[in-house]
Amino acid sequence: MSVDSVVTLKNIGKIYDTGVEALKGVNFDFPVGKLSTLLGPSGCGKTTLLKIIGGLIDATSGEVWVNGKPITGPGPDRAFVFQDFALLPWATILRNVSFGLELRGVPKEERFEIARKYIREVGLEGFESNFPHQLSGGMRQRVGLARALTVDADIILMDEPFSSVDEQTRRKFQEDMLDLLQNRHKTVIFVTHSIEEAAYMSDLIVLLSARPGAVSQVIRPGIDRSGKCADDIRRDKKYLDVVDTIWRELKVYLC
Amino acid sequence: MDAQSNHGRRKGYELLRLAASFAFFFGVWELVGRWPLSAAFPSFSLTFMAFLRMIGDGSFLNAYASTLQPLLIGFTICGIIGVGFGIWMGLSRAMEWFSLPVFVILQAAPMAAVIPLITYTYGVGLTAKVLAVAVLSTPLVVMNSYKGIRNTNPSLIQMCRSFQATKTQVVLKIILPQAAGMIFTGLRMGLAMGFVGVVIAELLITPTGIGDLITYHASVADFPEMFAAVSSIILLAAVTINALERIQRRLFPPELQG
Repeated sequence: MSVDSVVTLKNIGKIYDTGVEALKGVNFDFPVGKLSTLLGPSGCGKTTLLKIIGGLIDATSGEVWVNGKPITGPGPDRAFVFQDFALLPWATILRNVSFGLELRGVPKEERFEIARKYIREVGLEGFESNFPHQLSGGMRQRVGLARALTVDADIILMDEPFSSVDEQTRRKFQEDMLDLLQNRHKTVIFVTHSIEEAAYMSDLIVLLSARPGAVSQVIRPGIDRSGKCADDIRRDKKYLDVVDTIWRELKVYLC
Repeated sequence: MDAQSNHGRRKGYELLRLAASFAFFFGVWELVGRWPLSAAFPSFSLTFMAFLRMIGDGSFLNAYASTLQPLLIGFTICGIIGVGFGIWMGLSRAMEWFSLPVFVILQAAPMAAVIPLITYTYGVGLTAKVLAVAVLSTPLVVMNSYKGIRNTNPSLIQMCRSFQATKTQVVLKIILPQAAGMIFTGLRMGLAMGFVGVVIAELLITPTGIGDLITYHASVADFPEMFAAVSSIILLAAVTINALERIQRRLFPPELQG
């Protein structure tokens, strides 16, 4: 294990009760402070792998090590952002964002104060007393992101966070999220099925093969983001090359 | 401002439609009642006059004072025990394994058939009527509470676990609040069955309350009075259930309407 890896997968395998083998022999070191993407053909077990890292699903074989220790379940070092947002429909945005802290027994005033800060940061100020059904999909996922940030975990796990968000909202959200994560030194592991999204956002792209999923290739886009606006990045030669490389790799599984 | 006036217009339209529907129904009733088909079928106007008369002379008041007793006692018992049992069934695999098949059958069975059996065991008093109400309403209340617990969004439970929630926290903060809408629906449908139960009990066991009004006026051939009595219980049940539905819509967000 290298010094600067924060999550290490050791020979992870997962066979479901139905007999389907989702993952086989997955080994990988996720570097600290980077945004890594899990990308692969649909049904390759990306989400399963992310939930194993989160401790929400048990692996059939192998171990997940976080900060040098094997995990046995969810922990305060990891926060999860869900594909379907997983918000409480009966609770206000303020309570939803502070819910992780509520479960940890943080006193009301304190957790509301922390929640208000993150609500502001994800751009939802003024919606504190609204309910989730009054918000659009993109706004709901901002709530999910704010909730994950409140518990101040080192590692943020995101399961296709933008897949239920429409294309235009998604682009804006991606940019906002990169801004938010900048200078926070969080390690982000991100599942997506969008090649463009992976190329645009990641420091590191882990390509998984078709079922049973295993690491087939690792791509480092190496796009220089400093001082560039989002639209420049989308025209960057490196960005376009990465998209092309991933597409050629994934095309193999599409027959 | 525009949306508000729009909302008002829609509400006005709904009221108009309701009035038109009633006017049509009562009109047909009036016509058929005036047709010399059967002396036992009074027209709407005669029934309506009888209805007003019975409000005035206090016979409705007396009747409902006794009819509502077994209904309220029976429904309260069923509400506490039924909801409790349904939640237990939803949370415990063992309990579910034993009792689910029985309740699936009970929910679909015509429970009114048991009422003579209740009379046989518990006589003709208040106990028998309370039981009649409970027997009819409980299966629905239990099944809805159970389904409410079982329908919990698995993603919410995972979310809770991802923040290291305890089992108790998952039940108290996710499962029970999420089930509340369906439990309420169960209670509302259970109360509707309770109305059926109390009427059957009062007609079948011993004529008291509204059942007495119906049977008495039928036996002396006061058909307008008899129809007024029947209408009154339908009206009471409809208004109560409708009010509960409105309360439910206010209380719960759209995702939890059950």
